Amino acid sequence: MSDETKQGLKSPLRRKLLAGMAALPAISLFPRSTWADVPATSVVNTTGLAVTDTEVTIGILHSVTGTMAISETGSVEAEKLAIEQINAAGGVLGRKIKFIQEDGASDWPTFAEKAKKLLVNDKCASVMGCWTSASRKAVLPVFEQYNGMLYYPTFYEGLEQSKNVIYTGQEATQQIIAGLDWVNKTKGAKTFYLLGSDYIWPRTSNKIARKHIEGHLKDAKVVGEEYFPLGSTQFNSVINKIKLTKPDVIYAIIVGGSNVAFYKQLKAAGIDLSKQTLLTISVTEDEIDGIGGENIAGAYACMKYFQSLDNPNNKAFVAAFKKIWGEKTVIGDVTQAAYLGPWLWKLTVEKANSFDIDKIAAASPGVEFKGAPEGYVRIHENHHLWSKTRVGRAKIDGQYELIYETADLVEPDPFPKGYQ
Amino acid sequence: MFGDYSIGDLGAILAMQGFAGLILFSVYVLMALGLAIIFGQMGVINMAHGEFMILGAYVTWMTASFVEAYVPSIFGGYFFIAMILAFIASGSLGMLVEWTLIRHLYKRPLDTLLATWGLSLILQQAYRSIFGAREVGVELPQWMLGSKQITDSIEVPINGIFVMCLTVLITVAVAYIMFRSRWGRQVRAVVQNRVMAGAVGINTEKVDRYTFGLGCGIAGIAGSAFTMIGSTGPTAGQLYIVDTFLVVVFGGAASLLGTIASAFTISQAQSTMEFFMSGSMAKVLTLLAIVAILMMRPQGLFALKVRK
Repeated sequence: MSDETKQGLKSPLRRKLLAGMAALPAISLFPRSTWADVPATSVVNTTGLAVTDTEVTIGILHSVTGTMAISETGSVEAEKLAIEQINAAGGVLGRKIKFIQEDGASDWPTFAEKAKKLLVNDKCASVMGCWTSASRKAVLPVFEQYNGMLYYPTFYEGLEQSKNVIYTGQEATQQIIAGLDWVNKTKGAKTFYLLGSDYIWPRTSNKIARKHIEGHLKDAKVVGEEYFPLGSTQFNSVINKIKLTKPDVIYAIIVGGSNVAFYKQLKAAGIDLSKQTLLTISVTEDEIDGIGGENIAGAYACMKYFQSLDNPNNKAFVAAFKKIWGEKTVIGDVTQAAYLGPWLWKLTVEKANSFDIDKIAAASPGVEFKGAPEGYVRIHENHHLWSKTRVGRAKIDGQYELIYETADLVEPDPFPKGYQ
Repeated sequence: MFGDYSIGDLGAILAMQGFAGLILFSVYVLMALGLAIIFGQMGVINMAHGEFMILGAYVTWMTASFVEAYVPSIFGGYFFIAMILAFIASGSLGMLVEWTLIRHLYKRPLDTLLATWGLSLILQQAYRSIFGAREVGVELPQWMLGSKQITDSIEVPINGIFVMCLTVLITVAVAYIMFRSRWGRQVRAVVQNRVMAGAVGINTEKVDRYTFGLGCGIAGIAGSAFTMIGSTGPTAGQLYIVDTFLVVVFGGAASLLGTIASAFTISQAQSTMEFFMSGSMAKVLTLLAIVAILMMRPQGLFALKVRK
């Protein structure tokens, strides 16, 4: 025992000495070889961003306190993982990424204020952040005024496009149309009951869904459309209405705590999701954690990513994610989209050979990321991503089983004609 | 909308809809009872009521996880243990809060609003730090899931029946404590005239502490029961607070009977209107009706007749 302790005391010193000696020859070689790959800061950074010869600073702007913390935590975790992996692989243009994290506190003016701080004081070369549309709308003018670059992870309602934002989630048509086509074709669904929480995303999404059902699916119709205030916890009346109208498909876009109440009450009311088709675009693996797998098993979700996707990229991603954030964490669609942000930014910077925002904005279209957990993705001219649409079925263990995926990448169309 | 349905179908829906209203009624009573005691009897505007409920929900979740891991044989009945623990946890926290914070503010009722609002923010962040920002899923024993088939077409959710029975039980217990027990008499005496009650030998400080604790404890039981129908997360308490105050204020702050009557009125109006129009519209109309009635009867549905 005592022998071992002595060795323990001695060995760090020895290791240091040895390491120092070993490094001697390296020191003479190292600078020259690195200087060769690392372009000079004055070349790659002409607008005064926080870029040095060895480091580049980016921002992370999500809510870690307040109502939205429940959803945004996963995004923060994914972004930190991506940054760590990029650094381990040599950084961006030979520079290590350093991040400054700010808390939006689920409050939209705070988001705008923090965005300004990250851009004006910290000169962040890019910002990974925001989750709700409201927070994105709040920071958008800031990013446009001070010419920053935002990577926004959430699937959202579309109707927006900016030079200063890359949308790594799906816009509404990517999430809705393929799913409705699928349910119409394979389940022969003709009647749809649309449900949603009462704010812009569910309303815009259901509008697109209604147009598609009425205009593009044969003989299909909408038999009901209902909205509930955010945070609503009583769904017994609407469940009775669903029992009365007997729709082929319940199409649900309910969010937050209401989600939990809705699925628990649906189950309690005796609606068996193995017989009644329910398609949702708002429940990821993250939400199932709170709802409980036994309450939602059998429901279908239309997303672009499921944790259970069977491909080598995803397996490595899930393993790395669990390694740093714990075995029990689950990964939802948005978490994966958040993981794409730092990688897409790195690839774009390297394509442009510059950190300048204008050059990144111009270089973004066409940037491809082959290592994405969801499979190959590419940035479109409109700054959204080409990505596949997938349908999964919830299992009792809280995971989705992949049922269907589109053969090709679906083109992002934030201003869909005929759907507005 | 009713053209295509048989009389039998409509009857069944009507019955189930009536039942939905009754469930909502029980939920409202359960969440408002604790506040009716605290706000009605003590005049403390407790904005942290929702957080006391969520404490009960978290206790239920912890009990469920514990029982599942160590004594799975009693999982079927763990819910009853959880409710008792929830009552104890929320009640003790309530008494602690009363002792450290509320008792200094009895003479300044409006300040209790600010103080308890701050308390609710502190509790939310504490839950977030301890249990994580994500919602937790409370697993229920099998017998509490699903619905009971009464006739061919009428089904009622079992957890709804459970909440109703629980509500009746707790209401009876509270009524007994407040109106039949010696301690309840002391509480009412303190409410009516604090100085006089003190003069005849009632320990008013102790009565205050236990009353506040009782109110919070009932909130804990409500939170425990609501894990069956709602979500358990750091901010889930906020979902209930508005409805809770609505019920208590509409019923007339100092009257327990008023609370029950107002819960009944609001829940029936809400669930009937929800059936005929969308959820958001139903809520708007309910709120408008309440505002209109409160303009005509500012004291609420039932008011204690006291000499001014």
